[in-house]
Amino acid sequence: MNTWIAIGVTAVGCYLVKFLGLSAPAGILERPLVKRLAALLPVALLAALTAQQTFGDGPHLVLDARAAGLAAAAVALVLRAPFLLVVGAAVAVTAGVRALGG
Amino acid sequence: MAEQAEQAAQAAQREAPERTVPTGKAGASGTTEAAGPAAIPPTGPAGPPPRPAAALRDSAVIRDALGVGVAVGLSGFAFGVTSAGAGLGVWQTCALSLLVFTGASQFALVGALAAGGNPLTAAAGAFFLGVRNAFYGLRLSAVLGYRGAVRPLAAHWVIDETSAVALAQPDRHRARLGFTVTGLTLYVLWNLTTLGGALGAEALGDTAAWGLDAAGPAVFLALLAPMLRTAVERAAAGLAVLLVLGTLPVLPAGVPVLLSALAAPAVLAVQGRGGRAAPGGPDTAHHRTTGEDRA
Repeated sequence: MNTWIAIGVTAVGCYLVKFLGLSAPAGILERPLVKRLAALLPVALLAALTAQQTFGDGPHLVLDARAAGLAAAAVALVLRAPFLLVVGAAVAVTAGVRALGG
Repeated sequence: MAEQAEQAAQAAQREAPERTVPTGKAGASGTTEAAGPAAIPPTGPAGPPPRPAAALRDSAVIRDALGVGVAVGLSGFAFGVTSAGAGLGVWQTCALSLLVFTGASQFALVGALAAGGNPLTAAAGAFFLGVRNAFYGLRLSAVLGYRGAVRPLAAHWVIDETSAVALAQPDRHRARLGFTVTGLTLYVLWNLTTLGGALGAEALGDTAAWGLDAAGPAVFLALLAPMLRTAVERAAAGLAVLLVLGTLPVLPAGVPVLLSALAAPAVLAVQGRGGRAAPGGPDTAHHRTTGEDRA
């Protein structure tokens, strides 16, 4: 039930911001500070999510096969690999390191 | 995902030299600032172009839109697998792709739920990631000009990829065409591959043994990478990582990620002070590179 609540709240919230953007009179959110904050907010959140899902295990910090997978994804990104290949590299390397007992 | 939209937008510019309106870096990243120049409504061509040329340009728009839609749509498989691995059922996973339909928020939500966060904290993180779509919508509303009943429907498709394609077009007709084809392709494929991924993950059993728990962070990193253009973005990302890892052991699940969002205003505040102290400092550099003065 908790999961359905989270899904419902996220769906409504995410739709409303999309609709608000498409419907609001131009200029209402166009102040420079608001725009810079809006551009920087996803950067902070995505960086935090990457770190948490790579090094977090519940409330503990761990260094395991996921870190190797993320390093592989980073290399793929530097080599300008397509999106699916980036994710594929992370998955394959993580699985490989685990299979080797990492 | 934004990376691929970028590639497609660049390809569109390479392959269509007749496009006279500068599209700038419309598809260069998932941020709204980069979309600045393209959001200026085009003044329009001098007159209606000859029909064959118009048809040719339309097919170029459709080809670009299909490219983005198919490439990103397929990655719904990664979401389906990740969501199932996080413990969500097939229906819950499909409901997210059908109703939320903005990838980063979906990954964030299932990640937070898997970590044991409370549903509202988890939803808050996903919501904050979705806020950027409001800024795409602001730019798109002038370009697409949708009115009446179409607008609430179109709103559901306002995401990174549709915005990148639509904002790269030189006129309203092609912007609508690009938006619609990208949106439709992506929506259909993203939902089908989500279902496939969720069912596939159930068949696989322990998704961690297959390394599939690394798909989520890899997706976030792929979305993040093209955004790290200047020292400001890198500082915000670095501070966010320190905040989340530093508070993970002591705060309830889900809260560290929300707290790390404070890295954005913190970096802007420090940057603002630095800019006043040294007029030629990083503030002006940021100003120039983001092009916000043009918007």
